[in-house]
Amino acid sequence: MNVPLLELEKATIKFGGLTAVSELSLCVGDGELVGLIGPNGAGKTTAFNMITGVYRPTSGVIRFSGKDTLGIKPNSLAAAGIARTFQNIRLFRSLSVLDNIRVAARLHNGEGYFSALWRGKGWKTAEAETEKNALELLEIFNLTQQRDELAISLPYGDQRRLEIVRALATRPRLILLDEPAAGMNPSEKDDLMRLIRFVKERYNLAVLLVEHDMKVVMGICERIAVLEYGIKIAEGTPKEIQCHPKVIEAYLGVAATPIENAHA
Amino acid sequence: MPFLGAKRWLLAGIALAILASYFTPQFNRYYLGVVIDVGIAIILATSLNLINGHTGQFSLGHAGFMAVGGFFSAWISLQVGGTANAIWYFPLALVAGGLLAAAVGLLVGVPSLRLRGDYLAIVTLGFGEIIRVVAQNTEAIGAASGLKGIPKLTNLGWTFGFAAITVYAISALVNSTYGRGFIAVHDDEIAAESNGVDTTRTKVTAFVTGAFFAGIAGGLYAHHKQFLSPTGFDWLKSIDIVVMVILGGMGRTVGVIAAAILLTLMPEVLRDFSEYRMIIYALLIILLMLLRPAGLFSFNFKRRSHS
Repeated sequence: MNVPLLELEKATIKFGGLTAVSELSLCVGDGELVGLIGPNGAGKTTAFNMITGVYRPTSGVIRFSGKDTLGIKPNSLAAAGIARTFQNIRLFRSLSVLDNIRVAARLHNGEGYFSALWRGKGWKTAEAETEKNALELLEIFNLTQQRDELAISLPYGDQRRLEIVRALATRPRLILLDEPAAGMNPSEKDDLMRLIRFVKERYNLAVLLVEHDMKVVMGICERIAVLEYGIKIAEGTPKEIQCHPKVIEAYLGVAATPIENAHA
Repeated sequence: MPFLGAKRWLLAGIALAILASYFTPQFNRYYLGVVIDVGIAIILATSLNLINGHTGQFSLGHAGFMAVGGFFSAWISLQVGGTANAIWYFPLALVAGGLLAAAVGLLVGVPSLRLRGDYLAIVTLGFGEIIRVVAQNTEAIGAASGLKGIPKLTNLGWTFGFAAITVYAISALVNSTYGRGFIAVHDDEIAAESNGVDTTRTKVTAFVTGAFFAGIAGGLYAHHKQFLSPTGFDWLKSIDIVVMVILGGMGRTVGVIAAAILLTLMPEVLRDFSEYRMIIYALLIILLMLLRPAGLFSFNFKRRSHS
């Protein structure tokens, strides 16, 4: 069997006495779309932070295309092909829409300090290339019109989409989306689902998605893992998850009725 | 963001500076001195703007880097001696001073740029004081009595030539895909990291670049005043430069240059009652923060609003 693109093996992180994520094992294969769900505070974002190198797991192993990521800094992991968006949008607020993408495209711009100073022919070509690629991405997400606007002046839904564009500009193999549909209206959510599917196919991306909107999660995920109190309580296809007793319990609580009624 | 013809502006600036220096003997010596002060202030403020403004790292050690460059280039000049071959060795001495300042910047920057905000400010403040104390106790550069008899080599040409280079270099850096990393670090370090920007490296780069130009400004200053005293590079000098950056609007090159000019001319204009200088300074900043929080000369609201 091939090595999975992302592999968590009993990844655990403790903050003092609190175990935020406990022995989480999870695989994401190349080009796979996996959902990570769970009630608030279940440890989904913490799991993201471990995968992207922001937090260092207390124990356990995280491998990206077969390599242990322990101690690798987030920027190096981004260069290796892990991109992410944030639950609370983190755009560069003094930069334009286009420049937000240029920051991420720096990884592939290839020009450094001295060529930026000298501004020779190679530099100009690279800058033009970077801009062209950035505009191409903006076009896909229908943000071309706003290219010169300040990123933070965009409407909320557009800001979320711009974060995805920015993440794509790092040319990832795996993209982690942290509640991309939060704050969107139903038609924006439909658009978003379509876009996620589209870019996944087009760039052959693996996607790990944290989302509270069940319609989105059930609609696009091929596989879903459920976290509760930092522990993975279930994993399976959307259908399996929907009728998994532990998942229903985590979301709705235990039935107050006696046990014999549970079979009903 | 087209930054077209930037190099042409640079060449024009240098040409103008050289042309102006050709007429130097006809200028009033006092005004000439003030104008050179202005040029040096522009270099200092623009270079600190890269660190404090664009990259958002609050450094209070700029006078320290200025001292390193000043003392080193003055020491070189005194070793070589005379004004005979000045056109050859003077720029080299200046650049050498800048390089030493940059090296010191690297030494200070690598450990301290892991700190943020107030902590970084305190560390850089401490560093500036260390430089001053070291200078005060080093016999080779005159210890507490300072360096005397430095040849007068700084003129309009060198000053504004280097000012043009500084402004060009900082603008060229920031206005490139590479340099957008500085602003990304300023805006959001976590987002910058996760988008592939090595934040520590970016901060150190800004710090070292800023230190280099501060060192050059120090060299120009030394060969302008012809006398260097360690006490001239205390933290108040750093504050002066920080004030220029804040007054001009952090991260706005044009505003920072204008503030550097204004704040250098102001004490000259207020010479008769210079004891009030600091009071006016403080009042000006308080007023400015109330009326124009984004900086005095912020024309470019749309693109770079920090509010």
